[in-house]
Amino acid sequence: MSEALVTAVKDICQAHECDRTRMMDVVQAVNDKYGYVSSEAMDLIAEQLSTHRVEVESVVSFYAFLSSKPKGKVVIRLCNDVIDRLQGADRVGQAFVEELGINFGETTPDGQLTLETTPCIGQSDQAPAVAINDVIIPNVSSDKAREIVRELRQHMDPARLVKQHGDGNNAHPLVGSMVHNNIRKRGDLLFTPINRGEAVRKALAMSPVEVIRAVKTARLRGRGGAGFPAGMKWEFTRGAPGDRKFVLCNADEGEPGTFKDRVLLTELPDRVFAGITIAGYAIGAEEGIVYLRSEYRYLIAFLESVLEQRRKDGLLGRNILGKEGFNFDIRIQMGAGAYICGEETALISSCEGLRGDPKNRPPFPAQKGYLDCPSVVNNVETLCCVTKILELGPASFNEFGSDRSSGTKLLSISGDCKQPGVYEMPLGVTLREVLEQCGGADAAAVQVGGASGQMVGPKDYDRKICFDDLATGGALMVFGPDRNILKVAHAFMEFFVEESCGYCTPCRVGNRLLMDRLEKIMAGLAEPADLDYLKELGQTVKTCSRCGLGQTSPNPILTTLENFRPVYEAMVKEETQGFQATFDLAQAVAEAEKIAGRTSVHAHA
Amino acid sequence: MAKPKIATTSLAGCFGCHMSLLDIDERILALAEIVDFDKSPLDDIKTFTGRCAVGLIEGGCAHEENVEVLRDFRKHCDVLISVGDCAISGGIPAMRNMVPLQECLQEAYVDGPSVHNPAGVPPNDPDIPLMLDKVYPAHEVVKIDYHLPGCPPPADMLWEALVALLNNKPLDLPYELVKYD
Ligand SMILES: Cc1cc2nc3c(=O)[nH]c(=O)nc-3n(C[C@H](O)[C@H](O)[C@H](O)COP(=O)(O)O)c2cc1C
Ligand code: SF4
Ligand code: SF4
Ligand code: FES
Repeated sequence: MSEALVTAVKDICQAHECDRTRMMDVVQAVNDKYGYVSSEAMDLIAEQLSTHRVEVESVVSFYAFLSSKPKGKVVIRLCNDVIDRLQGADRVGQAFVEELGINFGETTPDGQLTLETTPCIGQSDQAPAVAINDVIIPNVSSDKAREIVRELRQHMDPARLVKQHGDGNNAHPLVGSMVHNNIRKRGDLLFTPINRGEAVRKALAMSPVEVIRAVKTARLRGRGGAGFPAGMKWEFTRGAPGDRKFVLCNADEGEPGTFKDRVLLTELPDRVFAGITIAGYAIGAEEGIVYLRSEYRYLIAFLESVLEQRRKDGLLGRNILGKEGFNFDIRIQMGAGAYICGEETALISSCEGLRGDPKNRPPFPAQKGYLDCPSVVNNVETLCCVTKILELGPASFNEFGSDRSSGTKLLSISGDCKQPGVYEMPLGVTLREVLEQCGGADAAAVQVGGASGQMVGPKDYDRKICFDDLATGGALMVFGPDRNILKVAHAFMEFFVEESCGYCTPCRVGNRLLMDRLEKIMAGLAEPADLDYLKELGQTVKTCSRCGLGQTSPNPILTTLENFRPVYEAMVKEETQGFQATFDLAQAVAEAEKIAGRTSVHAHA
Repeated sequence: MAKPKIATTSLAGCFGCHMSLLDIDERILALAEIVDFDKSPLDDIKTFTGRCAVGLIEGGCAHEENVEVLRDFRKHCDVLISVGDCAISGGIPAMRNMVPLQECLQEAYVDGPSVHNPAGVPPNDPDIPLMLDKVYPAHEVVKIDYHLPGCPPPADMLWEALVALLNNKPLDLPYELVKYD
């Protein structure tokens, strides 16, 4: 074991006070420094953090961005989600493979460059997108891919690949990214200029209970997907026994096709941080954590600078804005590439330095969350809405939106439409209006709510986007008339099979079986009864899974089956003999024929 | 009215499931009252004499002849039942699925510590059915109507299942008959 490694790991652990619950940071720092976490490093970390090696190893093996094997100095991760594939990601991938001379999952022989695929990196409106270490390159073509490799071979510095900056704060010196905001429609609430400090000042002039009442009066519901009333969640957390409480801001944004939180964090971080601060005041917390997906790591220096400025301005820290006794600060916790960590209890596990396994509920986070303390978990956009509610007053907020769903909703629109990007629309808007605005009126199908949402067709275009009808965390993926719906559903299933944490069987095994059966249908080997099987098994997986991932993962199949049944029916035919069309005797004996040097009497009859 | 017919077969199984069927003891007489046995190792009838109501399948498919027999059962039986874990999941024989076929044969017939095979090659008589690339559970080869789990399934379970099926009644197995821990 090298002395240098021992010292480096010791330093990293000590920088985190050898706190076992900061395992994520420790392991990531080691991974950053060496490109992987070696077996020796794991032993050292375990020793320094006074824990078992298996605890370290289980974290390293869980997260996609951590590795126990050496990787190249530069890792190229191409998004292979369905939207990118529609925009030619396969061709781009082929170009990378050819230019690098390696396949996906491999590292060049000189140990310099690694090529991988990754699910949605939150740039679906500028697909195909690729992440090169922390640098995002949107809109890559196959030519561009070749150029990237050639350039990297010369300087090995991903930052130098950035040629021109995107709009808004993407051009900020601390961001310096090629990413575009693509804000296509600014509504009257979120994308409005901000008067820094106003919302926190107004909140501090009220009592915490009054702040909660204001959020309730505004009828704010969670924007992360589930739509739970925010005020009620806060009230539970405030009422839960415990001296130490936490506000967790969910910036994991892992749902394929969702990218609106990225734009909020880029353009309105003050509104996000104000919302967290106000939540802290309301529930009686002194600590806030932003759980940021690692695909957005290019924003971290900028976000830290905004936090630092807020500390200087007295908007964070001790006795905020002179309010005696209200102390609050925020830290950013980086994720490491796991969709499941967007689920609130898995997010808490991850913040605690564990694998991103969801926890049993109850107890709910409001009773027993981060470090077993009462905790609020809210989405980035929800917290922005909180700030706006304080700025405007709850009654004005209530005027936006529909009866049961107040306010506006940010929609992340991608796919076959003329203007993909972020749209701020009043809740209650019809899908048709949205499609007209984004130039996707001839859509044959729209996936509402990301991979875990539902696929709807034209007969549903007059339905409303709101919590009581077409509920969505904000992702709308538009598919034109010549797209193959089954391929789309299959891509989503591949995603869930990959991202299932594996804890419970219905999800770990069930999703796999669903995907296999879908493949049978796509291969033209299925029968009508296979459609019933999909429906039945899909229901079983939804009912028996432990967390929201498995409870929603069959949706792409179940909703396409319901809304696009003729597509499935065209692929199946009755098999009269009762044989399985998927079993091919000739293929099954081929190897034995070769070994025995004779042909089967049965297979070729 | 002619009695309904039952056929049984052991594919890649150990005959344990058939032994379990015999374990219904004197009830075999009652069974013989209500059914006739057709193709089955129990009566040594080698080919189907006609259409059968029920086919019991022990074992999965390890070689081409298993596939032929199983397909023949599917053609002749109204209801096919996978009996026991080998039929249902491949069972013990499927442990070879982890190993490439060539290596498997080499180990079993040439290299294995207890093998005496002066010829040094695996047997290859034209009468020996060719092995499949792996062992397949029965339902991956033909459609199977019911599965009775166990290694082997208890005699009482087989009895209850047959009686229910032949009387067109729902099968209501007591918990003790389907728990295996
Ligand atoms: C598999 C899975 C992934 C999720 N990913 C996210 C996410 O990336 N961002 C998010 O805000 N909520 C996500 N959620 C929802 C959270 O569990 C939680 O409901 C939400 O953060 C609560 O905040 P809200 O009430 O403000 O919406 C996810 C849920 C599941 C089941
Ligand atoms: S449903 Fe899936 S993701 Fe959730 S706990 Fe079970 S295996 Fe893990
Ligand atoms: S299930 Fe058990 S008893 Fe039946 S054939 Fe297989 S090994 Fe033998
Ligand atoms: S970045 Fe590829 S689908 Fe979102």
